[in-house]
This record gives sequence, structure tokens and C-alpha cells, in this order.
Amino acid sequence: MELKPGSRWKSVACDTEVVVVRATAGAAQLECGGHPMIAHTEAKPAGLALSEDHSVGTQAGKRFADDVSGLEVLCTKGGKGSLSIDGRAIGAKEAKKLPASD
Amino acid sequence: MHTALLLEMAAGALADRTATGPVSHGVTYAELAARARAGGVWLHGQGGGTVVFIGLNGPMMPVTLFASAEIARPFAPLNYRLQDAELRRLLARTAPSVAIVDDDMMGRVEGVEGALVVARSKFEAICADPQYREADAPDADHDIAVLLFTSGTTGEPKVAVLRHRHLASYVISTVEFMHADEDEATLVSVPPYHIAGIAAVLTSVYAGRRTVYLPTFTPEAWVDLAAEEAITHAMLVPTMLGRILDVLEKTGERLPALRSLSYGGGRMPQAVVEKALALLPHVDFVNGYGLTETSSTVAVLTADDHRAAISSDDPAVRRRLGSVGRPLPAIELEIRDPDGAVLPAGQSGEVYVRGEQISGEYLHKKVLQDDGWFATNDAGWVDDEGYLFVEGRLDDVIVRGGENISPGEIEDVLRQHPRVRDVAVFGVPDDQWGEKVACAIVCEDGHPSTDELAGWVRSRLRSTKTPEVWSFRAALPYNDTGKLLRRQLKAEVTAQQLADA
Repeated sequence: MELKPGSRWKSVACDTEVVVVRATAGAAQLECGGHPMIAHTEAKPAGLALSEDHSVGTQAGKRFADDVSGLEVLCTKGGKGSLSIDGRAIGAKEAKKLPASD
Repeated sequence: MHTALLLEMAAGALADRTATGPVSHGVTYAELAARARAGGVWLHGQGGGTVVFIGLNGPMMPVTLFASAEIARPFAPLNYRLQDAELRRLLARTAPSVAIVDDDMMGRVEGVEGALVVARSKFEAICADPQYREADAPDADHDIAVLLFTSGTTGEPKVAVLRHRHLASYVISTVEFMHADEDEATLVSVPPYHIAGIAAVLTSVYAGRRTVYLPTFTPEAWVDLAAEEAITHAMLVPTMLGRILDVLEKTGERLPALRSLSYGGGRMPQAVVEKALALLPHVDFVNGYGLTETSSTVAVLTADDHRAAISSDDPAVRRRLGSVGRPLPAIELEIRDPDGAVLPAGQSGEVYVRGEQISGEYLHKKVLQDDGWFATNDAGWVDDEGYLFVEGRLDDVIVRGGENISPGEIEDVLRQHPRVRDVAVFGVPDDQWGEKVACAIVCEDGHPSTDELAGWVRSRLRSTKTPEVWSFRAALPYNDTGKLLRRQLKAEVTAQQLADA
């Protein structure tokens, strides 16, 4: 999968949807709920269950970043699964206080 | 990332929330996205080129902006206040283009070669037409998002190029997605052809904040609309804020719903900020500094910074009220001398910035350095804590006998005089010194003697900074976005000097 900035992905095992904010340096596989995520426009295959090891959940508006690959995604729709990249769990970034001026 | 995606995300997450207009009959995020898509599909069928917007600010501005983004066409809002001939000349420069034009302005721009003009009401109907709403927008590579003509106060207007990646970087690095509460509403009173007008659309959509437009600014109308719509946020240029404060003072209205006012786009007199803080203690004031070429804000004086400065006895902290704050987290900032050497804190030089949101590009001319640094052409310095003090355009610095004198410092001192209402300082030619310090000044109750005013400056600054030429006026000239027309003053006073000699 090509994790280009602006590309949108959805979980096959829960409602989670994300958009890529920062791309990975090399090839990588983004997963949610223990399964590879699919392109936003693709049809969801039926019958894929959430893996218990990847079920912390995601929340809309949260950002997730992986230091190893450099990937950063923004969750646009929350779900029960949690995100991982090549099997490695990626956590939510601390929400930093942003100095909005608009 | 591209800017159309920002709206798609908001429409997905906050479909039923009001995006623009009044809560009672506004446009939801889902509807805004549907209109923009339909508009994009139709525009795509009209052939290639730029999408021009000529008209008052209003709900059709974001529709047209996002419709252009949807099909990856540059969006170019033009200044409808220009003389017809000038407006037509700029429109001709956008060809080939499709121009969405306010119905009552159609006659001003018809017949420009290469520009298909479409009335706003017609485009509005197209965006509601099922045949376009149900069609799929074509796939496109997103590159240039916005083309903005500079105001041309320094000559022929240049076209600043803002790419999708610049604007999207700015939004994503400064705003938390859908963090706005449902009752938040922002009042946009800057024109659509100002970078702040573009930034306001993108950041409000991404934050999930309702946007209300004031098409033509008057301070009375602004206050009325802010009260009526329970406005919580707004961005203003300095002249607007001063005039709004006068109205609030007169009417006693205090806008209890208001939470945050940001200002920028020009030098804000410290007295106005102090008055604003005193009059509206429940409001957070934020000063944003940025340029068109930097996708708007690069440095921010936060609400906390304002409070710390106003309540401090330490002059170094107190004076930060006159600074533009510190760079955004994603921005690097340096002060450099004319040879490019980086200067330490406290020394004045040219402000340089670097970051993903910086475009530093004009049509047919890239001014960004290879290593990504952009020279702002603003003079400034930073204090020990990194607060940036902008002294004005580098071109406005007065060179008197080899000494560089920045007008801002002298203007600040003169503004503190109780009878001075407005002032502009600039250089005029001088046989002995190269340039000498001149000022155009607006006073109350007649005017103090030039000796008194000169003494006021001399007792606070070096004697070389004391104006030698005084031009008393009823008002100073500003353009419609609050930019002082300093060069016009300079030309007038120079001509007067020559005539008197």
C-alpha cells in the first residue's frame, strides 16, 4: 500500500477511518484491529473480526504517529480497533496546545 | 494533502453541523461539500484554467474555493474594489479562466479575452442542480491551490502562488481537527482576496466552526452581527479593531459570547491593544504575523502572552504587547544581516522563515532559497525569549547618514503623545544626509507645535531619530485591507519639499 499524504484508509474490522498526514520513508503496511486497512473507496470484505490484541480503539480527531517509519495519520472516524504498522502498535500523539490565530 | 480533503473530512465527521451562515438556515458541512463537488463537476466541463472569484465575501466564497480545489484548479480571488480598467487587466492575466462574478458586477468585467464570466446566482443554481451533484468529480493531481494578487502598494501587482501542500500544512500544523464546540462561530469581515480570508475558510472548516460573513465592513454592522449571531471568534486588521472599540465604547455593547479576537495584517498601535484588553476582559486576544507568501500566520502572540505582558511591571515583558509573539511550532525563524549572517537576540535585521507552509513563490518567479529559507523583506528583531518585534518593511527603513532608522519605533513613540491619533514616519531625500526623517501626523484639538513633538521624540529616542519634516493631516491614507499607503505619503511630502526649496 502506498501511504501518500492525503490518502484515506478504512478499517475492515471496525468503523475506523484515517487520513495520512505524513508519509512513511519506505514501504509499510498500515493496519487496524489487526488487519491491513483498505482504501477509503474500496468495499469492505465481510466477516473479519477484531483482534483482541488490537482493540484499544481510535477516536476521531486524534493523531497517531510512528517514530520508526515516520508515518503520521489523523483519525477522521473512530472505531473499536487500534492502529498498527507492520504489526507494531502506534499510539496517539499527545495533543499539543496549538496557537490558533484564525 | 490537498485542501479539498479538509472539507471532505469535516463533511464525513460533522455532516449535520452548520458550516456557513446562521444556525437557523445555514449550510451544513455535508451540503457545503455537495455544493462544492457539483460546482467542481460543472467547472471541469467548462475547459481548463483558473477559477476566478470577483465579488463580496459570503457563503459562495468557500463553495467556489473548494469547487476549484476539488478539480485541482487554481482559485484566484480578485479585488473587486479596483477601478474597472485595473480589474479587467488582472482578469486578463488569469486567462484562460472561468470567473464567478457578483451579479451586479457582471457589466464591469464582461468581454475580457480568455475569461468566461458567470454570474454568482447562476453558479449558485448549478451547485444545487442534481445533474452535477450526482456526478463524480474527476481525479486530479493537486498542485496550485490559490493565486493571490498582491495589493501592489509597491508597484505592479505580483501573483503569489500557494500550493495545496503549503495551505494544508498550515492548517494541519496549527489547528486540531474538529476541535470547535458546536456553539462556536467565526465572523469573517476581511475580503475574499486577502490571505486571512482564505486561511479563515480552511481553518474554520477543519476545526468544525461555523462561519458567518460580513460582506462589507462597517464597525456598527460588525458589532450588530456579532451580537445577533453570538459570534465567538473573529479575525480583524488593526484599523477595524480600533473602530469597533469606538462603537463598543459608545453603545455599551460588550459581546458576551465573544471568546477570541485575532488581529494581524499590519502594525497594531499598542494603545489600541491596551484599550481592547480593558474593554473586553472576557476575550482572548491573539496577534498573528504572516504574509501571503507564508500561507498566513508564522508567529503568534497568544492570549496568555497578552495577559502576561499587560500585567507585568518588567518593561521587557510589558513591551511584548507590541511584539508579534513567537514562531509557530512548525516554523523556523532567523534574523539576518544584509550579508546573510544570523544575528543574535536584540539585533535588528531581516526576518527569515522556513517551514512546510512557506511558499515564497510568485508566478514565474521563485524567491525561496534552495535550503528553504524565505526572506520576508520585513525588518525585525527577537528578544531573549524569542518574541519577534517587526519594525516594518525593509524598504521603508530610513538611511540617514549611514544610520538605519526604522519608522516603527518613532511612530510608537509619537503615538504615545496624548494628542496624536495616527502617524506615519518615512524618509525623504536630503542633500546632506542622503535621507532625513519625515512624518505625516494626525492630531486632536488642533495640533501641538513641531517643537513640542520633536522634543517628545528627542527625550525618548536618539536625536538622529527625531523627525525634521512634519506634515499635519486630517487622516492618513490606507487601502481597503488596512495597509498604510506609506509610499504615497512619501511621494507627496517629497514633492512638497522640492516645491518649497
